[in-house]
Amino acid sequence: MSDREALSIRNGRLIDPANGIDGLLDLHVAAGRVLAIGPAPDGFVPTRVLDATGQIVCPGFVDLCARLREPGSEQKATIASETRAAAAAGITALCCPPDTNPIIDTPAVAELVRHTAHRHRFARVLPAGALTQGLAGSQISEMAALKQAGCPVMSHALRPIRNTLVLRRAMEYAATFDLTVFLHPEDADLRGAGCMHEGAVSTRLGLPGIPEAAETVAVARDLALAEQAGARVHFRGLSSARATEMLLEAQGRGIAATADVSAIQLVLTEDAVRSFDSNYHLRPPLRTARDREALRAAVASGLIGAICSDHQPHDADAKLVPFPATAPGLSALETLLPLSLRLVDEGVADLPTVIARLTCGPAQILGKPLLGRFDEDHSADICVFDPQARWVLEADRMVSLGRNTPFIGQELKGRVSWTLLGGRIVYERAAQPR
Amino acid sequence: MSADELQLDGDGRLKHFLTIDGLGRERLNQILESAEGFIGVAQQAIKKVPLCRGKIIANLFFENSTRTRTTFELAAKRLSADVLNLNIGTSSASKGETLLDTLRNLEAMHVDMFVVRHGDSGAAHFFAQHTAPHISVINAGDGSHSHPTQGMLDMLTIRRHKGEFRDLRVAIVGDILHSRVARSQILALTALGAREVRVISPRTLIPARVEDLGVRVFHGLREGVRDADVIMMLRLQRERMSGALLPSAREYFQLYGLTEERLSTAKPDAIVMHPGPINRGVEMDSQVADGPRSVILEQVSNGIAVRMAIMSLCIGTQNRRSQATGDV
Repeated sequence: MSDREALSIRNGRLIDPANGIDGLLDLHVAAGRVLAIGPAPDGFVPTRVLDATGQIVCPGFVDLCARLREPGSEQKATIASETRAAAAAGITALCCPPDTNPIIDTPAVAELVRHTAHRHRFARVLPAGALTQGLAGSQISEMAALKQAGCPVMSHALRPIRNTLVLRRAMEYAATFDLTVFLHPEDADLRGAGCMHEGAVSTRLGLPGIPEAAETVAVARDLALAEQAGARVHFRGLSSARATEMLLEAQGRGIAATADVSAIQLVLTEDAVRSFDSNYHLRPPLRTARDREALRAAVASGLIGAICSDHQPHDADAKLVPFPATAPGLSALETLLPLSLRLVDEGVADLPTVIARLTCGPAQILGKPLLGRFDEDHSADICVFDPQARWVLEADRMVSLGRNTPFIGQELKGRVSWTLLGGRIVYERAAQPR
Repeated sequence: MSADELQLDGDGRLKHFLTIDGLGRERLNQILESAEGFIGVAQQAIKKVPLCRGKIIANLFFENSTRTRTTFELAAKRLSADVLNLNIGTSSASKGETLLDTLRNLEAMHVDMFVVRHGDSGAAHFFAQHTAPHISVINAGDGSHSHPTQGMLDMLTIRRHKGEFRDLRVAIVGDILHSRVARSQILALTALGAREVRVISPRTLIPARVEDLGVRVFHGLREGVRDADVIMMLRLQRERMSGALLPSAREYFQLYGLTEERLSTAKPDAIVMHPGPINRGVEMDSQVADGPRSVILEQVSNGIAVRMAIMSLCIGTQNRRSQATGDV
């Protein structure tokens, strides 16, 4: 793979939702940038041609939440391993939450993450800065400095801010610097020791439940504060129908609130937990079929602007204890595309809409509008995938170091063929051993 | 893997005993029949049968228990097995050994059966999934999920007093939310075709969507036990009496404590059960606990017979398996 070669991607269906493009169009890349869409410019001689017949050519995916585990938990995964997995999944930019160790609450840690990612050059890593120092929920962080160090948004990861005054001030301070605040809507006390949705299945299994109100109480509180503070908030990972209704109402009143959803929430429900498989131990939890339908509808309508992986790679030991004692989260980069494509197969949304939720939708939320789209003379971050390819996820063929996914052994549909970052091929399936 | 797939072998024989969920009436009746047979063993001069001779059964208790552990131990000894009692709470776990390491070490000691009690729901499931194929796992209580041998000994006790289940109204009183005993009782009673199963408790102790298990919810004791044939009291853990679940033990007893007077709406021949240990003056008063309707001590004796039945069934399945595969 030579650097920054001149190449053409031919015969594919090019879908660029941000520019309203969907057609059989070639894409030409030179010097790391998009040179032209459609016919090649006069005199352009590509050094390499990728034949994308029967495949989709779209902007590289933008993932709003992927944990890389570095610094601090390198026994689980590293920036190098997980950005490589991102490339294999068609993801060219990702936002990592600040709950590393040390926490991303100083420019030094933010720069360490960015520089490490830059050195490996598999994907753009945009670290979210910690909203409060040490994510302790009391002293707001140096947000201006974090922004300057490359943090496009502020986040509190999964840690609670119990003090509403601190949250109000944090929102106001973030708004001063035009920073969006990422919030994981969860009332810590209502969650308690809960490890799955509180409902019929938790009752049968005797597992401590997380009530829907744990999410809706937090959403209501955060929306009220955002309205008061004039801040822009983004709800990271909605799980309930009721929360989508609240978001719709808030947007209608002009509150600058957005939301995303983890791909697994669009395909599974609380029923999955019946097996006590700890790979289904998630935060927020899988909820009911009604919730799943509402989340799907919100993705289709655009109320939910992004689908993300919520990638949380774990070492095997983190899952080798009884269900409630396991660490929550699943390794999800490599299933982001196939799970999202089920919305197309099942008639929930058309392909350009699903691609929009994986590209320009999340890019807008991140405040990085140049990502997730094709524009001439802008960086060529590209994903080429075969939407019909069927494949089985195998543990020892996963690129992520985290093998904690319930989809191992299952047939998935939709597979990435090439990923280009800044015009450079960072993943090529043909070159992988089959 | 669902509990069904996990606890039954390829021929539908009981290999582990993890939950009553999915076992079905026929298999539950088979266990009860077998347990009836073992009740006789206790009355013999020599209280032993050789069904598990040469087998090693390990009691792995990650939570304290006297009654359950003792009856499991007695059951195993009456089946002529060798018994290891491990109080894990005070040994390996506190030295940082993982659950799986503990399991592997015991496997290396050629244990044939684990009897597991653990504070986490799904723990018995976890053991069954990770243990070697020739080892059976019996759930002696996992979190708030399941306590299936208790559920079955309660069924045996009811059957010995009432015969058929289909005419019975059964009231379960107390902390349904946290009770693995209640879940096992409900699943067993509905599978065995009881006419009506009721749960009686304040809303704070009723789990979400409990009606889906096939029960009727009552918040008043007097209405809840009206015309009941069987009243099953649950133990209320001390820690539930403080905090936001209940205001005090006093108010709980005033509203939900069982007294002779409050029993007056039940059937005249209603029996009263309790899995023990009883908090006298909280769940019931002594007049009821020691009165003529109480079958609480019978439950304890029946527990030994039920555990003998289940252990011998699972060991029998394993013997069949080892004969088939040529394992020793």
